[in-house]
Amino acid sequence: MTELKLPSIDYAALSPILIMLGAALVGVLIEAFVPRRHRHLVQLLFALAAVLGALTMVVLNSDDRLLTAAGAIAIDGPTLFLQGAILILAAMALLLIGERSVERGGYFVAQAAVTAESVDDRRQAEGANGATEVYPLTTFAIGGMLIFVAANDLLTMFIALEVFSLPLYLLCALARRRRLLSQEAAMKYFLLGAYSSAFFLFGVALVYGFTAGVPGRSAGVDFATIHAAVGTSPASSVLLFAGIALLSIGLLFKAAAAPFHVWTPDVYQGAPTPVTGFMAACTKVAAFGALLRVFHVAFAGAAWDFTPVLGAVAVLTMLVGAVLAVTQTDIKRLLAYSSIANAGYLLVGVLAPSKDGLSGTMFYLAAYGFSVLAAFAVVTLVRDADGEATHLSRWAGLGRRSPFFAAVFTFILLAFAGIPLTSGFTSKFAVFAPALDAGQAWLVIAGVLTSMVLAFPYLRVVVMMWLSEPGESTPTVAVPGGLTAAALMIGVAATLILGVAPAPLLDLASGAAEFVR
Amino acid sequence: MSNFPFLSVLTVAPLVGALVVALLPRRNPELAKQVAFGWSLLVLVLSVIMWITFQAGGDRFQFRESYPWIPTWGVRFTFAADGIALVMLMLIAILVPLVILASWHDAEHSKRSVPVYFALLLILESTMIGVFAAADVFLFYVFFEVMLVPMYFLIGSYGGHQRQYAAVKFFLYSLVGGLFMLAAVIGLWVVGGRTFDWNQLVNADIATGTARWLFLGFFLAFAIKAPFFPFHTWLPDAGRAAPAGAAALLVGVLDKVGTFGILRYCLPLFPEAARWFAPYALALGLIGIIYAALLAVGQNDLKRLVSYTSIAHFGFIGVGIFAFTTQAGTGAVLYMLNHGLATGLLFLVVGMLIARRGSAMISDFGGAGKLVPLLAGVLFFAGLASLALPGTAPFISEFLVLLGTFTVNKPVAVIATLGIVLAAAYVLWMVQRTTQGTLNPALTEVDGMRRDLNLREKAVVAPLIALIVLLGFYPKPVTDVINPAVQATMQDVGKTDPAPEVGTVQEANR
Repeated sequence: MTELKLPSIDYAALSPILIMLGAALVGVLIEAFVPRRHRHLVQLLFALAAVLGALTMVVLNSDDRLLTAAGAIAIDGPTLFLQGAILILAAMALLLIGERSVERGGYFVAQAAVTAESVDDRRQAEGANGATEVYPLTTFAIGGMLIFVAANDLLTMFIALEVFSLPLYLLCALARRRRLLSQEAAMKYFLLGAYSSAFFLFGVALVYGFTAGVPGRSAGVDFATIHAAVGTSPASSVLLFAGIALLSIGLLFKAAAAPFHVWTPDVYQGAPTPVTGFMAACTKVAAFGALLRVFHVAFAGAAWDFTPVLGAVAVLTMLVGAVLAVTQTDIKRLLAYSSIANAGYLLVGVLAPSKDGLSGTMFYLAAYGFSVLAAFAVVTLVRDADGEATHLSRWAGLGRRSPFFAAVFTFILLAFAGIPLTSGFTSKFAVFAPALDAGQAWLVIAGVLTSMVLAFPYLRVVVMMWLSEPGESTPTVAVPGGLTAAALMIGVAATLILGVAPAPLLDLASGAAEFVR
Repeated sequence: MSNFPFLSVLTVAPLVGALVVALLPRRNPELAKQVAFGWSLLVLVLSVIMWITFQAGGDRFQFRESYPWIPTWGVRFTFAADGIALVMLMLIAILVPLVILASWHDAEHSKRSVPVYFALLLILESTMIGVFAAADVFLFYVFFEVMLVPMYFLIGSYGGHQRQYAAVKFFLYSLVGGLFMLAAVIGLWVVGGRTFDWNQLVNADIATGTARWLFLGFFLAFAIKAPFFPFHTWLPDAGRAAPAGAAALLVGVLDKVGTFGILRYCLPLFPEAARWFAPYALALGLIGIIYAALLAVGQNDLKRLVSYTSIAHFGFIGVGIFAFTTQAGTGAVLYMLNHGLATGLLFLVVGMLIARRGSAMISDFGGAGKLVPLLAGVLFFAGLASLALPGTAPFISEFLVLLGTFTVNKPVAVIATLGIVLAAAYVLWMVQRTTQGTLNPALTEVDGMRRDLNLREKAVVAPLIALIVLLGFYPKPVTDVINPAVQATMQDVGKTDPAPEVGTVQEANR
C-alpha cells in the first residue's frame, strides 16, 4: 500500500478564498446565536469586514504567481485582478443588500416559507424585517466565485460553480414584493442552471477521456494536462471538440451568452434588485474569468478550432441582446438584455488571443460591474406604494421630479451606450482594439453595428426621463439611505474616472495579464 | 504670447463658464444670461488674440500642446491648429456670443431651467472648440461624440414642435456615423503603429485596401455629420425643432466638423483612398446641391427651408474639397466660414420672425415688410448672402470653388453652377412670400409683428452683416491663413494644381 502524499498548500495565497468561506460559516452561526434584533447589523458588518479582509489579502498577495493545492488552484495575475474586482463589486452589492431605509425591513422577504399572496404573507410584507440569511448566502457565493476564477482544473471549477450558483438560486427567490415572480425566477434559474452544470460535467468527462493515452502523462482534467494533450493525444479529436462544446455551454450559460441566455431577463426581473445587481456584476466577472482561463490556458492549442464557433456565439449574443433590448418595456428586463449584449462584447475580448485582449477583457469586466451596479442602485430607488416602479412608462418625466437621480441614470446609460468620457467607451475600446489587432475585424464590425442598435433603447429611457411630461403615475425617487447612496456614488465615480483617466486600471490589468500554467 | 496654451484654455474656459452658469440660482435667470454672455465674450477676446498671434506664413500647425492621457494606448491631449482650424475656431468664438444674445428669451417659454440652457450652450462651445483644436485622433473622436450630448438636450428640452423625435433622430444618426468612425479609429491605431498622433499617422504606411476601408469609416461619419446626400434627412428635422440659436450653431458650426474632418483626416491620412473615392464624393456633392435646392424650393416651413439650403451649400463645400485644387480647397474652407456667418445670420433672423409670428409656416406670413421693415431688410440681406450675391462673402467662396473645379473637371463645375440658379429661386421666393407682396391681414392681429428689431437684436445682426460685407470685398486676411493649410493638405493628397496653359502665361507677360 503506497503512502498518501499530502499536497502542499500555500495558505497565504488561498487566504481570500478561505476568509470568505470561513466568514460564510461563521455567518450561519451568527444566524443561530445572535438575537434577532441585532442580526442584521452584525451580519452586514461582518460580511463587509470579511470582504474587506479578503480584499486586503488579495492586495498583499498581488505579486503571487503560483500553483497550489496540487495544481488545482492558480494564483496569478488574472486570478488576483478578478478576485479583487469581485470583492470590490461584492462590497458594493452588499451595501445595496443591506439597505433598509428605502423599503421598510429591506428588500428581502422575512420568511420565505410563508405561502406567497396569503394573509400571513401580506402581513409580513408590511414591514417585518427581512431574512438575514441573505448575508451568509451572499458570502458563500462570493467565496465560490473567488475559487471559480482561480480554478486550474475542471473539477475544482465545477465545484466552485456549484458553490456560487446554489446560494444565487436561493437569493433570487427571496424578494419581498412580487414573490411569485421571484420564486418563478429562482425555479427557472435553478432548473436551467442544473442542466448547464450537467452539460459542464459531461464535458469534463469527455475531456478526461481525451487526455488519456498521452505518452508519459497520466490522464487528468487539470489545465496543464489538457494543454499538453491537445495536439498530442491519440484519442479522437471528436472527444476534444465535444468536450469543449459542452464545457462552453456550462460557462456561457453563466455568462448569459446567446443562445444560453433565455433565463437572464426573467431572473433579472424577478430577483430582488440588489441580487440582480450582484449577479450582473459579480457573476459576470466570475464566469468570464473562468472562460478566459479555460480558453487561454487549457485549450489554447485548439484556438483555431473554437474561435469561429465562439465568434458566432459572440455575434449572436450581441445581436440578440441589442435587438431584443429595443422592444423591452421594463427597466430591469432592458438592463438584462443590455447585459446579454455586453456579454457579447466581452466575448470579443476573450477571442483576442493576446495580452492586450486579456487585459482589455478584465478592464471591461471591472468597468461594467461598477456601471451596472450603479444602474440597479437607481432602479431600487424609483418606487411607489407597491415597491419598485420598473415599467418604463412610469419613468416618464422623472427628470422633472428628481433631476439629480435622472441625471445620474442618464450618465450611466450614456456609459452603456459607449459615449466617450465614460468607462463604457474606454472598455469598448479595450476589447475592440486587441480583437482588430488579432484580425477579428468581423467581430468588431458586429460589435459596432450592435452598439448602434443598442443605443436606441438607452436613448428611449433618456427621452422618457427628460423629454416627456411627468404623468399622474410618475413615481417619486426615494431618498436613498447611506448604504445605497454610497454604492451609487462609488459606481458613478468609477464610471466617470475609468472613462476620463483609465490609465491606472489599464496598467494594473496589463501588468496582471499573464496566466501561470 | 505665442507660448500661451491658447487651445487648451479655449477648450476648458467655456466648460468652467458652463459650470458657473449652471450653479447660478434658477430664480435669477437674467444673471445667468449675463454671465454666459460675458464668458463667451472673454472666449472671443482670447480667440482674437490667438488669431493675431498666428503666423500666417509660419508652420502648418501652431500652438501645439501635448500632455499624456492614457499612455497604455498612446493617447495624448494633443492640441494644434492649422489655418483651417483657426478659421473655424474664430467662427465659433464669434457666433456663440451672438447666439447667446439672440437666444435671450428663447428658454423662457420652455418651462425648463433657463440657466441650464445657457450652460448647455457653453458646454457645446467647449466641445466644438475641442473638436477643431484636437490633433490626436482619439481626442478628436472623444469631442466628436461628446458634442452630441449638449446638442441633444438643447434640441430635446428647449426645442419646438416634434423636438423629441428630432433630438433622437439627430443623436442616433450622429452616433451611427461616430461608431463607424470608432471602428476606423481602432483600425487606424492598429495599422498605424499604436499611436493616435496625427503627425505620426500621416506618415504611417497603410496597405491600399485597408486604407480604403478606413477612409470609408471616417468618411461615413463625416458625411452624416456634414450632412451630404443621402445622409441628410436628420438635418431638416433637427433644424426645425431646435431653438433658433442652437440651430444656428448646429448648421453654422457643428456640421462643419464633417467637412473639416474630411480635410484634416480623410485626405491626409488616406491620400490614395481619397483620390479613389473622389468621383463618388463629387457625385454626392452634386446630387446634394441640386436635390436639396429643389426640396428647399418646395418647403413651407422657414427653418426646414434654411436647413435644406444648407445641405445644398454643403454639396458645394464637398465639391470644393474633392476637386483637389488649391483654389477649390481654399474656396471650400472659406465657404465653411462664410456659410457659418450667412446661414447663421439667416437662422437667427428667421428665428426672430418666427418668435414674433408664433409660427414657422411661410404661408402664415406675407407682406411682413410693411410691419417690420428693418427685420425684413435684414432677412433680404441674409437671403442674398445665402444665394452668394457678388459683394457678399459667400460669393467669393462659391466662385473659388467653381473656378478651382472648372480647371480640372468641367462637367462638375457646370452642373454645380445650376445650383446657383436654384439658390436664387428658393431665397427670392422665400423672401417674397414672407415679407413682400400684399400684407397678410392675420399678421396685423399678432402683437409681436408690430415690434421691429430692438437694440439687442440689432446688436446680434450688425456684426454678422458687417463681417459678410467686409469679407465679401476683402477676404485676404482669411485666405492668407487658409491658403498654406489647404496647399499642405493638397500636397498630402498628392495633387498639384494644373499648370496654367501657355497662352495665358504669355498674355500675362505681355
